[in-house]
Amino acid sequence: MNILKFIETFADESAMRSTGSRRDSFTQFGNIGKTLAIASIPFGLSSLANKALAKDITATPATPIGALQFALTLEYLENEFYAMALDHGVIPASENGGRDLKVFQQIAAHESSHVKFLIAGLGGPASANFVPKPTFDFTVGGTFDPFNDYPTFLALAQAFEDTGVRAYKGQAGNLISTPDLLTAALQIHSVEARHASEVRRLRGLKGWINGNERGTGMPVETQAVYNGEELTVQAGYNTATLFGASAGSEAYDEPLTTQQVVDIANLFIV
Amino acid sequence: MKNEVKIHEVNPLLSDRRSFLKISGLTLVSTGLLLAGCSHDDNEDMPIDDTSLPGIRNGVFDLGSGDFGVLTYAYALEQLEADFYTKVVNASSFNSVFNDIEKQVLTDLYHHEVIHRDFFKAALSGALPKPSTQLLPSLAFNYGAMNFNSRTEVLATAKALEDTGVAAYNGAGKLIKSADYLVLAGKIVSVEARHASAIRSLINPNSKDFAGDDVVNATTGLDVAKDPSKILAVAGGFITTPFTAKYLP
Repeated sequence: MNILKFIETFADESAMRSTGSRRDSFTQFGNIGKTLAIASIPFGLSSLANKALAKDITATPATPIGALQFALTLEYLENEFYAMALDHGVIPASENGGRDLKVFQQIAAHESSHVKFLIAGLGGPASANFVPKPTFDFTVGGTFDPFNDYPTFLALAQAFEDTGVRAYKGQAGNLISTPDLLTAALQIHSVEARHASEVRRLRGLKGWINGNERGTGMPVETQAVYNGEELTVQAGYNTATLFGASAGSEAYDEPLTTQQVVDIANLFIV
Repeated sequence: MKNEVKIHEVNPLLSDRRSFLKISGLTLVSTGLLLAGCSHDDNEDMPIDDTSLPGIRNGVFDLGSGDFGVLTYAYALEQLEADFYTKVVNASSFNSVFNDIEKQVLTDLYHHEVIHRDFFKAALSGALPKPSTQLLPSLAFNYGAMNFNSRTEVLATAKALEDTGVAAYNGAGKLIKSADYLVLAGKIVSVEARHASAIRSLINPNSKDFAGDDVVNATTGLDVAKDPSKILAVAGGFITTPFTAKYLP
């Protein structure tokens, strides 16, 4: 199926909402990619989601649906974070001649689109595959003050975007059997990377990750976002040979496992 | 459709190419899209089981299909990017035309793309059954009238190349069968996207261009994804070494 048709299908949210039963939403996914039909869609995910709503989220299954559910939860996090920041006015309108506000309005718009896109992809809010938004605490119990302190907001934005890049990359393997879903995920993945680069540059860093450095001004709590990025051997090739370890590690972004991302996200979920 | 990149098939895409060249600030590249200079393109005499392997077919190098085809396609694109930035950082006015931040970014991109190129060469040399005939040779490039001492032209071309790289990897992901290769492509494409964002932000800093509506769909929030034939029709304008991609979509 053509990706544009796929998007059109997704965009028709009202049609998705009309699918009340799991069987119906399953059939719709069957239209998206025939291989998805044989991918296991575990029962009881909605009860998992209810548990998640009460407290921490847990790792989603290594299936195409699980990958979409996982992505949706991360997009919920990013979307709420930027929406709250814009609501609170923490981004100074005059910062860098208005650049910062333009940047975060654009990022916020993308994250909102991603949430809608993924909800539609899961069959809409009535689908058994749908996962509700967790309750977020971006202060982490009062540790951070991102909606009153702009540098803290910027630091968490960098952490969320760099996490997003690594998280989507880690789900690619779970989507290999569903080409259209994989393509859509890749298309979100590169947008997160564009965001990450710009946020990092707003903070005075390079747009790419050097070694496992979280960068100046990043709270120690965000180190888990960068651990493992220092890799300089790719498929047996030493990427540090030509220009050193910094360039070699910068040239490749590393994936995070579902559990690694869940552990990071749970810092912000109550 | 079996992809056979040659002039008569490229014609419908000329508008794409023109806009690409326009974006790049380039005048027409006279070498054209001679990706296939062979007069026997229509022969289908290769055994079907061989089409996954890159190599000379009917006198011209074909990228092949499947994972080897996709990796060889990526190798071709990384050769182009690496060659471009090598010329950028070695241009006579590099140190005077660009400010410190721009020099840092362009030097980093030069490093990253050369690393990507050499990585693909090493990976393919290790994975191909017979690399002596199946490894894509070093390609030759022609940038037409582009002025490597012009900040505007260099940044505009860099932007086009990086955006093209993102769209290429995004479009090629679904063609990859090995999960390991898919993750490797994923490790690279996000760095290309970081590059594209940075270059766009150097060109137009006080804006949303780093992830502008021209590349990220404003409704879906999705970046561009394109098939190899679409990418080669555009990027091929810089590549003068003939090759075909008959077995990639």
